[in-house]
Amino acid sequence: MIKVQREEFDVGAELSALSRGNHNIGGIASFVGVVRDIGADGGSGAMTLEHYPGMTERKLVEIETEALARWPLDAVLIIHRYGRLEPGEQIVLVIAASAHRAAALEGCQFLIDWLKTQAPFWKFEETADGGKWVDARSGDELATARWDAADDRHR
Amino acid sequence: MQLLYFAWLRAKIGTGEERLEPPPEVATVTDLLDWLSGRGEGYAEALADRSVVRVAVNQEYVGFDYPLSPEDEVALFPPVTGGRGDVG
Repeated sequence: MIKVQREEFDVGAELSALSRGNHNIGGIASFVGVVRDIGADGGSGAMTLEHYPGMTERKLVEIETEALARWPLDAVLIIHRYGRLEPGEQIVLVIAASAHRAAALEGCQFLIDWLKTQAPFWKFEETADGGKWVDARSGDELATARWDAADDRHR
Repeated sequence: MQLLYFAWLRAKIGTGEERLEPPPEVATVTDLLDWLSGRGEGYAEALADRSVVRVAVNQEYVGFDYPLSPEDEVALFPPVTGGRGDVG
């Protein structure tokens, strides 16, 4: 399931809701992304997340579909927020549930790695002199490439 | 053609969305970027370094040699930075 929203989310409630009634699930792995106060340039530490409505949902569904094809997952949830976020606020939640822990843990990591390089979101950090757009990190593309390399090994 | 700009491309170009009719010789993404660069200082500045410009046509990532049609939705934006708060 995919949700793109401005509002905050409750991790506990989402975890319970995802597995409720499905007794095939033996393990649930989750990742929560939080706004870290980097205190750069004397700014407030807050950021604004811009996205491409329409394409965002499309890419998240693609990423979910890909994870479901690669691992025997019983349930997947991706919640991604947009808009202005203060330090300490949650940005993203990824949950993968499966009969076994390996699929849940690997599926969860795959989802967040792919999401970071595929989903059209951009961060604007508030600084003392106004603000700046955050550059993409090559480390994120390497994390995605790791999964591609894993595919090659399996072939 | 529907053009969408995001993040600092939007800021430099000065709008997030516009409808334009490029001339017939604009056949590919590269042609479009060249044509847009001639439309003004903001466009030229935003599109100067194409290594940091990403393109989606009809909401799918494409390369610079991708062919364009008049009814396409073309989005220009920097590499994405979503997913978490520990960037920086």
